[in-house]
Amino acid sequence: MHLLGKTNIDFIGKRNISFVISSIIAVLGIIGLIQITRGAANMGIDFSGGTSMQLKFAKPIAMADARTALHKHGIARVDLQEIKEGNKLLIKIDKNAGAAVGKSADAVKTSFTSEFADNPFVVESTTEIGPSIGDKLRKDTLVAVAISLLGIILYIAWRFDFKFGIGATVATIHDCLAMFAVFYLFNKEINLLFITAVLTIAGYSLTDTVVVFDRIRENLHKNLKGAMQNIFNESINEVLSRTIVTSTTVFLAAASLFLFGGEVIHDFSLALLVGVLVGTYSSVFVASPIVVLLENRALAKQGGKA
Amino acid sequence: MPKGIGWRIGLIGIFVLLSFLYLTPTLVSKLPSWWSVLPKDKIHLGLDLQGGTHLVLEVDTQKAVEGTLDIVATDLEDTLTGKNLHFKRISRTGSDAVTVVLYEKGTADAVQKLLKDKYPTYEQSPLHDEGGFVALSLRVNEKDAQDRKDKAVQQALETIRNRIDQFGVSEPIIQREGINHIVVQLPGIKDPQRAIELIGRTARLEFKMVREDIPPSAVTIPDDAEIMKEKSVDAATGAVSEVPYVLQKKSLITGDLLTDAQVRIDSQFNQPYVAIDFNALGAKLFDQVTAANVGKRFAIVLDNNIYSAPVIRERISGGSAQISGNFTEKTASDLAIVLRAGALPAPVKIIQNVTVGPSLGQDSINKGLMAGLIGVVLVVVFMAIYYKLSGMVANIGMVLNVIYLMGALAAMGATLTLPGIAAIVLLIGMSVDSNVLIFERIREELALGKSPKAALDAGYDKAFLTIMDSHITTLITAAVLFQFGTGPVKGFAVSLSLGVIINLFTSLIGTKVTFDLFLHKGTVKNMSI
Repeated sequence: MHLLGKTNIDFIGKRNISFVISSIIAVLGIIGLIQITRGAANMGIDFSGGTSMQLKFAKPIAMADARTALHKHGIARVDLQEIKEGNKLLIKIDKNAGAAVGKSADAVKTSFTSEFADNPFVVESTTEIGPSIGDKLRKDTLVAVAISLLGIILYIAWRFDFKFGIGATVATIHDCLAMFAVFYLFNKEINLLFITAVLTIAGYSLTDTVVVFDRIRENLHKNLKGAMQNIFNESINEVLSRTIVTSTTVFLAAASLFLFGGEVIHDFSLALLVGVLVGTYSSVFVASPIVVLLENRALAKQGGKA
Repeated sequence: MPKGIGWRIGLIGIFVLLSFLYLTPTLVSKLPSWWSVLPKDKIHLGLDLQGGTHLVLEVDTQKAVEGTLDIVATDLEDTLTGKNLHFKRISRTGSDAVTVVLYEKGTADAVQKLLKDKYPTYEQSPLHDEGGFVALSLRVNEKDAQDRKDKAVQQALETIRNRIDQFGVSEPIIQREGINHIVVQLPGIKDPQRAIELIGRTARLEFKMVREDIPPSAVTIPDDAEIMKEKSVDAATGAVSEVPYVLQKKSLITGDLLTDAQVRIDSQFNQPYVAIDFNALGAKLFDQVTAANVGKRFAIVLDNNIYSAPVIRERISGGSAQISGNFTEKTASDLAIVLRAGALPAPVKIIQNVTVGPSLGQDSINKGLMAGLIGVVLVVVFMAIYYKLSGMVANIGMVLNVIYLMGALAAMGATLTLPGIAAIVLLIGMSVDSNVLIFERIREELALGKSPKAALDAGYDKAFLTIMDSHITTLITAAVLFQFGTGPVKGFAVSLSLGVIINLFTSLIGTKVTFDLFLHKGTVKNMSI
């Protein structure tokens, strides 16, 4: 079966449109990133410190009642989220709301036991993180992202050419920013799993870009006469069906995680889904056009000198 | 058969065999008796899958240094008193020094000399005037303080290990992390709260005399006394009552002189109590103290709370005593454990506590496996439709991938976490990528009019470099994730990097050999791709 026959789409020619789209994504991503570093986004307690609990009740429980019960027992700043399936309640308590680590969880248990005596519950999971460790994690994460980007740039610059290295890096950063943008806009929680998803997608998006670059390099060696833009377009068209097929299989796998993987990795799989989509887009519409831009500029400089 | 197919098939077969060998303990519920020399370890499940508690403790190492200085101060008091050198006050000042205040210069000179001999590593300040008296201070040097801190973390680690061993948790992980952090993992624990209390307790036991001459309501309390409270909970109503006492600050006997602690049941009231045994020195001190103070009250203090303050009825020799209080069997046995395991050299603070209940863990496994299965089916169906028979070859490669990966995880004793399962599902999608790259090349070559055999070889050749490049870039991110990640994230990185390496093998050797088997004669006219 063939999804596409031989295509001849002018991808590079559409770069003005794609650059506008990508700039918007990038700006949103940067805003999200700034908000995250300021702590103004929906930070997971991995980074901000605090307590999160998941309770499973015997009978359905109204969020408003739960909130009142907690307020009554002195827990004011609390974030509640209901999981319909199985009468579950997710409770997130700000680090400033309770006392030391260990106290908030107890307070929640006491308040629910006394307020809802006829609705017994079990604690399915508790996570309590002190503020000092949140800082450490945030620092470690930044270092990890930086190291991994650096490693990738070095590898691409070594395998290809510096201009390709820049193209690949910009595309990778673009994809990471897109994920930040989506999570920030939808007010999804930024936690360690999300960062893991971002790094995974950085690797995936790069794989995608590398495949396109490999073909461009091959065609550059074969045919030195054609205009840069044509060679790039031709190469992207040649690998287009591979790009689509691979993205489809990864997308199918990630979608199955998203739909059936359970609430613990729900947001993680969402991040993967978003990443697969933008990763595919960026390898075609961001990475290659940037390299063309850089190549053309270099050529013009050479021409000017001669 | 064409050249080189034999060893490749052999290799694939051996790897499959090995994978199943390592996976057997995980898949079979009871191993036969003859299995003894073969691998017995199951795939380790992360705490997020089997339930359990992950704690990060921070040791307050500064307190350990202060504790050492307090001991130095007490020791100095005794020495100076023993030598008839009169002093006004000896106490710890700040976090790193002990100050001695004396009445006159003459004694000060003698003390200076004595200190130099007794504590040669400490820095002595010159004599100075303090409110008309002569004072000098003894400062602990930076290196000694650092050593003390380091030792404190080491001791805390040992003590916590002892406590957990006695509490009874199978396969706990207790390790040091960084300068003053200790990571404790308790898989499958049923009563995490109790374990956390047990681990976090400093358990400093002291015996102090009660100063009955000063009422607890007194406005001023002498320097060498302090107020502490005895808490008791009424078993029937649950009401907490507190009785304050004035105690002598100096402790007469401390918990490090114990050799054993056991829970016993009082036959008269059917109440549990903790029986303690002293070592030779402790027994001697206890004998002396009780002999000298018959009729007075003696407080048993644990972590600055009074457990009980009984009146000494008679001299107690023989080196055993008992701590009674409002115990349940659980609290009594926990107290016995902490007393046996010894006190923490410094207080610890829990800075991270992740507890997952067993039901959630099981739920996660089920959902993860279900998502994996559906993912596999979707990809298999898609590949079979899109690439027909060749797609099925890629699917065989993918299944091999999953088997090898599970086998490798079992063989390496790696830990499977929920994100790890996610990584495997994701790899299912990514593992067919190498084959897609090859197939697209083959299609191009076929379109140029090459024979299936020639197209196949050209396809593998041309895709090779691209495949290497794409795998290495993924490996770079996986390596970084492994380096910085903890717990579940590390599990993700392990699955991802193993999967990438394995995928290189299956796509370049596994699927190629299948094609070679069918196409080696060069007589196949049409390729199903």
